[in-house]
Amino acid sequence: MRLTPDAWIFWQHGFFKLNATIVFTWALMAVLVLGAALITRRLATGHERSRWQNLLEIVVTSIMGQIEDVGLKAPRRYLGFLGTLFLFVAAAALATVIPGYEPPTASLSTTVALALCVLVAVPLFGISGQGLTAYLKSYVQPTPIMLPFNLISEVSRTLALAVRLFGNMMSGAMIIAILLSITPFVFPIMMTALGLLTGMVQAYIFTILAAVYIAAATRSSKAGTKPAPVA
Amino acid sequence: MDALTWIAIASIVMAGLTTGFGTMGPALAEGRAVAVALTSLAQQPDASATITRTLFVGLAMIESTAIYCFVVSMILIFANPFWNAALAAAAQAAGK
Repeated sequence: MRLTPDAWIFWQHGFFKLNATIVFTWALMAVLVLGAALITRRLATGHERSRWQNLLEIVVTSIMGQIEDVGLKAPRRYLGFLGTLFLFVAAAALATVIPGYEPPTASLSTTVALALCVLVAVPLFGISGQGLTAYLKSYVQPTPIMLPFNLISEVSRTLALAVRLFGNMMSGAMIIAILLSITPFVFPIMMTALGLLTGMVQAYIFTILAAVYIAAATRSSKAGTKPAPVA
Repeated sequence: MDALTWIAIASIVMAGLTTGFGTMGPALAEGRAVAVALTSLAQQPDASATITRTLFVGLAMIESTAIYCFVVSMILIFANPFWNAALAAAAQAAGK
């Protein structure tokens, strides 16, 4: 019983292991990049546009709307990072309908990598939005005694992001694998549908939490200091 | 009973108890959260987008504690370091 796709190794040469996580991540990247490149080759600005361009526009504008709802005033700056997070995690979950596929986010390596990206992005956006001194001063708000707790909360919410996504995706894959060996006909399909739903919800949650953390880091201290959310 | 049996018993019992107790708290909390969200939706239907989004974010936060317990259970059953170490020691003792 495979706990993660890391254990499914396609090719191995000394230290380098090509496991299922890496292969499926590459496949997802290829599909997303090639699909987007093909659709946006000739963008139409009039009323006549292809349905694929319409689909991409719907996706992009809804992500921008969500980013703006969270409190980030200029969503275009953060659209690249947050939109990619959402699209990758959502595509990783949606592709579960393909038989033989295991989502790469069911491996702790992938989710920790994504959470580390958020951990690095939050100070970057905070510093570029507020300036270095204002951002560093936010760590000693409201009193300097809070400095270790603010630091710990940064680390713990990154860990929570990683384990939440990993646990949800891994449990979905494992339930399907267990049910396939017990009752192979109806229940695995229902659990796959449930896994799709939780995968999309988790993609949304990951992105919204990253957006909330970035919003908390870029909020200027003049607008009042609400404590950053701790997960 | 030897060490291997003790490790197996402890892992199995604790894996079951972890998931059993770990899902009770989040289930109660999520029930409360959804109930309050439904009440506020009924009172202010035009804020339903914000309420729904906040509800989902809150539910994911509450769910994470249940996920932590599930991950611990999975580790105890499938990737148990004590079991692996005891197996290696037993294999070495049998090989000598």
